[in-house]
Amino acid sequence: MAVTRLMPEPIVDVVLVGFGWTGAIMAEALTAAGLNVLAFERGGWRNTPNDFALPFDQDELRYFWRHHLFQNVAHTTLTFRNKPDQLALPMRRLGSFLPGAGVGGGGVHWNGQVWRFLPSDFAARSHNLQRYGANAVNADDMTIQDYPVTYAELEPYYDKFEYLCGVSGKAGNLNGKVEPGGNPFEGARSREYPNPPLQMTYGPTLFALAAESLGYHPFPHPAANMSRAYTNPLGVQLAQCTYCGFCEKFGCGNDSKSSPQTTILPVLMSRPNFTLRTYCEVLKVELTRDRRHATGVSYVDENGALGFQPASIVILSAFMLENVRQLLISGIGVPYDPRTGKGTVGKNYSYQIVSSVNVFYDDKITNPFIGAGALGMIIDDFNGDNFDHTGLGFIGGGYLGALNTGARPIETHPVPDKTPKWGAGFKRAIAANYLKTVPIITHGAVMSHRTNYLDLDPTWRDTLGRPLMRMTFDFTDNEHRMSDFLTDKAAAIGRSMGGREVKETKRSGAYDISPYQTTHTTGGAIMGSDPKSSALNRYLQSWDVPNVFVPGANAFPQNAGYNPMGTVAALSYHCADAIVKQYVKAPGPLVQA
Amino acid sequence: MSHSVSRRFALLAGAGISAFFALRPVRAFGETIRRRLPWSSGLTDRPERPDERPGYIFFSASEAAFIEAALARLIPNDSTGPGAIEANVPRFIDRQLGGPYGAGDHFYLEPPFPKGLPTQGWQAGTPAQVYRAAIPAIDGWSTATRGRAFAALDPASQDEMLKALEDGKAELGSSTDGKAFFALLLQNTIEGYFSDPIYGGNRDMEPWRMIGFPGARYDFRPFVGRFGEAYNLPPVGLLGRPEWRSRG
Repeated sequence: MAVTRLMPEPIVDVVLVGFGWTGAIMAEALTAAGLNVLAFERGGWRNTPNDFALPFDQDELRYFWRHHLFQNVAHTTLTFRNKPDQLALPMRRLGSFLPGAGVGGGGVHWNGQVWRFLPSDFAARSHNLQRYGANAVNADDMTIQDYPVTYAELEPYYDKFEYLCGVSGKAGNLNGKVEPGGNPFEGARSREYPNPPLQMTYGPTLFALAAESLGYHPFPHPAANMSRAYTNPLGVQLAQCTYCGFCEKFGCGNDSKSSPQTTILPVLMSRPNFTLRTYCEVLKVELTRDRRHATGVSYVDENGALGFQPASIVILSAFMLENVRQLLISGIGVPYDPRTGKGTVGKNYSYQIVSSVNVFYDDKITNPFIGAGALGMIIDDFNGDNFDHTGLGFIGGGYLGALNTGARPIETHPVPDKTPKWGAGFKRAIAANYLKTVPIITHGAVMSHRTNYLDLDPTWRDTLGRPLMRMTFDFTDNEHRMSDFLTDKAAAIGRSMGGREVKETKRSGAYDISPYQTTHTTGGAIMGSDPKSSALNRYLQSWDVPNVFVPGANAFPQNAGYNPMGTVAALSYHCADAIVKQYVKAPGPLVQA
Repeated sequence: MSHSVSRRFALLAGAGISAFFALRPVRAFGETIRRRLPWSSGLTDRPERPDERPGYIFFSASEAAFIEAALARLIPNDSTGPGAIEANVPRFIDRQLGGPYGAGDHFYLEPPFPKGLPTQGWQAGTPAQVYRAAIPAIDGWSTATRGRAFAALDPASQDEMLKALEDGKAELGSSTDGKAFFALLLQNTIEGYFSDPIYGGNRDMEPWRMIGFPGARYDFRPFVGRFGEAYNLPPVGLLGRPEWRSRG
């Protein structure tokens, strides 16, 4: 069959590959500065009244278990193995993480958990080296690096995203002064959250009382779920959350959860210098023969016709795994080799390590179905380097807390220890415990390690004939020790909550691609201060092809103990600022290698 | 592009299976969108209507006998609440396997299919293929070791066989992974028990009532601060409650 080739398009200032949160953030910032921006999205247009309207959005089977809003792995997936000497096999069914598809990307079905990393998280290597010595940062072939930016540099951009999203929360550190009721460990913030905390439910309230009695510092989880009606700085309005319990894995039918649709698109789509093309998949970034300059992107439209879109700047703004694959397929930079440690693209793939504890009551009805994506009480006493790690055998940490994100019953039917998985005993247990349980979760950092990385698979391909990404990843002793430590702390709080039973579910064994954990995949095209050890500079600009920028969690040199989106957004705004204020005036490398 | 791939895939995978198959994204086609915020009046991406056809559309008689017998053990009927049979879960699984899920519309199905490690997850074909292959293999194993098909055994023997499947100890031959099939069957059973009644199971929302889940209630604001109180309204599904419809 002959392939149709489309007529060449006129050049644009900026082409965006992927149109989720980072795509929308970059497009808004760059069009505001007068640049002509075109975004490609491989999925379709999506909006609240047409695509996740009430009451259809409250459908656990269709949206979560049948993946209605997620990337369809029938077209593109990855292959996976724990260790480099194993044969990687395709992830044939989504499980461990849930990337989005279509306009808004994962920003449509996320929970809205908006965090800032700790100041020390940005100096993970030098900080731990100084406090705990060389062994602490070199154990288990650890390959952690410092970020090339500081918390203080990113603070204005964190603030910008929090106000865009109308985050509900309570500051713990305002300009260096510790505030009661907030997180006393957080970096200094320049002003209070735009909205007060969500109204708290029963389970998290019980957790917070117990945590406080043990001397910890509970505070409300910062939430991009609206505690009240809100108009953001772009003039876009969001409604008060109704606590329906369908955030994560679902679109919000009430415009109460921040997403590109509810915060940016109504303004961006009206701008004459912005164009969106849907159901167009970018095949690769096209380069000049010396591979030092991108000329644009080649793409295929929904009819299978091939096109070329010339652009002065190419921004990879897809989900981080796809960003890394685009670099590898396009031949930008040198692929990472875990044997030699040389090369940078694919290096330092990382993730999140999570575990849970359940507190079961006989006498307390906690109504866990009342929830919102980021509704809960948290302690940060064991995150990052907020506690002394001497003698513990690990670095890093995580938050722990009780969240009521909603208790959809296919996914959530907690049962006491030693309950059978089926039969009459199973049914009795779910009936007795569904309304009388408080879940506590731990959410831990994952350091980067020499043999955790991404490259292209030699065997399996996507429906367009391109190689799949190959992921090689496992948790190491550092992560297991840290996660067990957090889980024990969570269980100790649980035991002082007055329940009948406390059940600890530790994260044991090798990383498993099947059960849902989090969509916090990170690394693979990391930022750094040296082109020998990083793919991107401090402005997320490719060291190798300076008119390519790659915003996303791919830039994290290692993952911290927080949900990534706040930091992804802050880094994206920081990148957009650099393009507008520096690159446009003098195109070329913004940092000299 | 991904959409045209999905349409082609749907046509291939669904040929002749079911009229159920029409995937209806609201905006099915690529667009160039400039200076407008598209939306479509009166069009919402809603789930399919309930499939009221009698009987099974996917399962053969012998497959149905196995499914009904197995589900009666996985979630038996008793005074705590309805069993999987009473909640119509076999019909749910039948409709799922006869539709896009059964055809693997969200599964990567490119060969080859080498055997994987437990951490590498699903390495089989479509859910429909897995059921079609596993049920006769289990009945064959049952007949060889106990002299009759699974459905004809007494409940205690059925429980023993299900436990052997769950533990990976069933002798089904090299082409059927009994443990993976059991995990799929149990997952699909729980899905049918607790998913919205629009999909055929969860009859009259009795499983939801049993645990206290109120369904698609949308607005809990008046109840957030009422700590320790039982929620005071019965469950509601995407189509409301049965009595709302009968009132016309």
